[in-house]
Amino acid sequence: MDKLLSLLEENSRLTNAQLATMLNTTEDAVAKQIQEYEQAGIIKGFTAIIDREKIDKEYVVAIIELSVTPKQNYGFEEIAKTVAEYEEVESVYLMSGTYDLAVIVNGKTFKDIALFVAKRLSTLESVVSTATHFLLSKYKEKGFIIAGDEEDERRVIS
Amino acid sequence: MDYNKVLSDKVKSIKPSGIRKFFDIASEMDNVISLGVGEPDFKTPYSIRQEAIETLSKGRTKYSANAGLLELREEIARFLDRKYNIKYDAKKGILVTVGGSEAIDLAIRALVNIGDEVLIPEPSFVCYTPMVELAHGVPVPIRTKEENHFRLTKQELLESITDKTKAIILPYPNNPTGGIMKKEHLEEIAEVLREKDIIVISDEIYSELTYGQKHVSIASIDGMWERTIVINGFSKAYSMTGWRLGFCAGPIELISQMTKIHQFAIMCAPTTSQYAAVEALRNCDESINAMVAEYDVRRRLVVDSFNKLGLHCFEPEGAFYVFPSIKSTGMTSEEFCEKLLYSQRVAVVPGNAFGDSGEGFIRVSYSYSVKHLLEALRRIEIFIKENEK
Repeated sequence: MDKLLSLLEENSRLTNAQLATMLNTTEDAVAKQIQEYEQAGIIKGFTAIIDREKIDKEYVVAIIELSVTPKQNYGFEEIAKTVAEYEEVESVYLMSGTYDLAVIVNGKTFKDIALFVAKRLSTLESVVSTATHFLLSKYKEKGFIIAGDEEDERRVIS
Repeated sequence: MDYNKVLSDKVKSIKPSGIRKFFDIASEMDNVISLGVGEPDFKTPYSIRQEAIETLSKGRTKYSANAGLLELREEIARFLDRKYNIKYDAKKGILVTVGGSEAIDLAIRALVNIGDEVLIPEPSFVCYTPMVELAHGVPVPIRTKEENHFRLTKQELLESITDKTKAIILPYPNNPTGGIMKKEHLEEIAEVLREKDIIVISDEIYSELTYGQKHVSIASIDGMWERTIVINGFSKAYSMTGWRLGFCAGPIELISQMTKIHQFAIMCAPTTSQYAAVEALRNCDESINAMVAEYDVRRRLVVDSFNKLGLHCFEPEGAFYVFPSIKSTGMTSEEFCEKLLYSQRVAVVPGNAFGDSGEGFIRVSYSYSVKHLLEALRRIEIFIKENEK
């Protein structure tokens, strides 16, 4: 991957001036490149990685495996888009293997999510079956260690 | 018991390291953000760790040959040839040591008679002077200059050589300055040394960490192979500091005598580390490239930041240190570092810890994440602005 993208992926708050210094180029070139990446849909947005468990005591995430019957002419696209419409749904992926769609859902309680699956997802016409897996602990997300930051074991000065 | 009476006068006369003194203050304080380390922040590449685990599970934990596993020495010979175009006999010209430091110590002890002089370009790593003193030699510092990017010049060398000069330490890429010696600079030095019986102890531990160009070993310059002991190791290039593994390469006549000291003092370098090092040399060039690319990004950020703060900083082309001048603040190196530590809790190392010619400078390591560097730089900026008032 382009070094500019990997720097931004790690820390999107770096200024164009800082990025230009680090990449040995000009601020204008950085700004132009970022704009191009945005226009091409390569950069989708600039966001913060938040450890929700630290602010919301009641916060549950589940990964739901959906097996679906693809519609003629539309394939999996229609059902995937329908599922993606729900506010509770964080991500939807089409998968290879034993099931079709992986759906990541956020809710306040286990019951919330169970009800969402029962009432909203399993009732959809093309859904054949669902399997819900609740996330128990997060260790790493988007390249960041979430559970217990790794300590720098080096001596302060050496 | 009067311990003072039983201890050797020589050992008692050795001054403690200037790094150590500052470490003692900094390690007592909370919330210190350090730019003081002399080791990589990356983990040892996974395949190297895996190789060590595997040999441990198989119980391959015996002594190796004194000079090191032959398999490893053969890989080292290939490494030195393909990277720096210098050729050594794996069986007799290479010795595997406990870190580069042991190799430096062996070289000095193998060469120095009482009163022999060893030239030491400064600023440089803290171990050379005490090691020469312990060998009853006379360390002769050569003050290198910022205007030359702390390279050793022909003139400085000529002015320091006497009838008693036995050896010269060549510490490039340099800790603490980040300065390097390019081929044309080495040629100048070689011109002087080719006609003399002076051995070069070339400490090339940072050789893989150069930016914009490849490292050149003085042993690859015409007429220098036979008067050079090349010191290198795994700590910096492969991020393997705690494994304690280094090596030296040179003419058989020198290496065999160094091996003699090594076999009595050490027996052999840790076997587990040696197996791991074979994997490093065979399969980890890509890891080095990735680490170098990452250091390079940080290097630019840090150099630029210090220059913008008005602390002039030449562009270092090696290692992972920058060496900004703090003369504009009117403080000494130690004052600057102490005040910065107490007021902003940022730890950097005073330049004079690496020799008198480091006075007026500080050593800043960029072996940290960009996030960590930005926070430290933010605090340093506050410190500089407060002291301008």
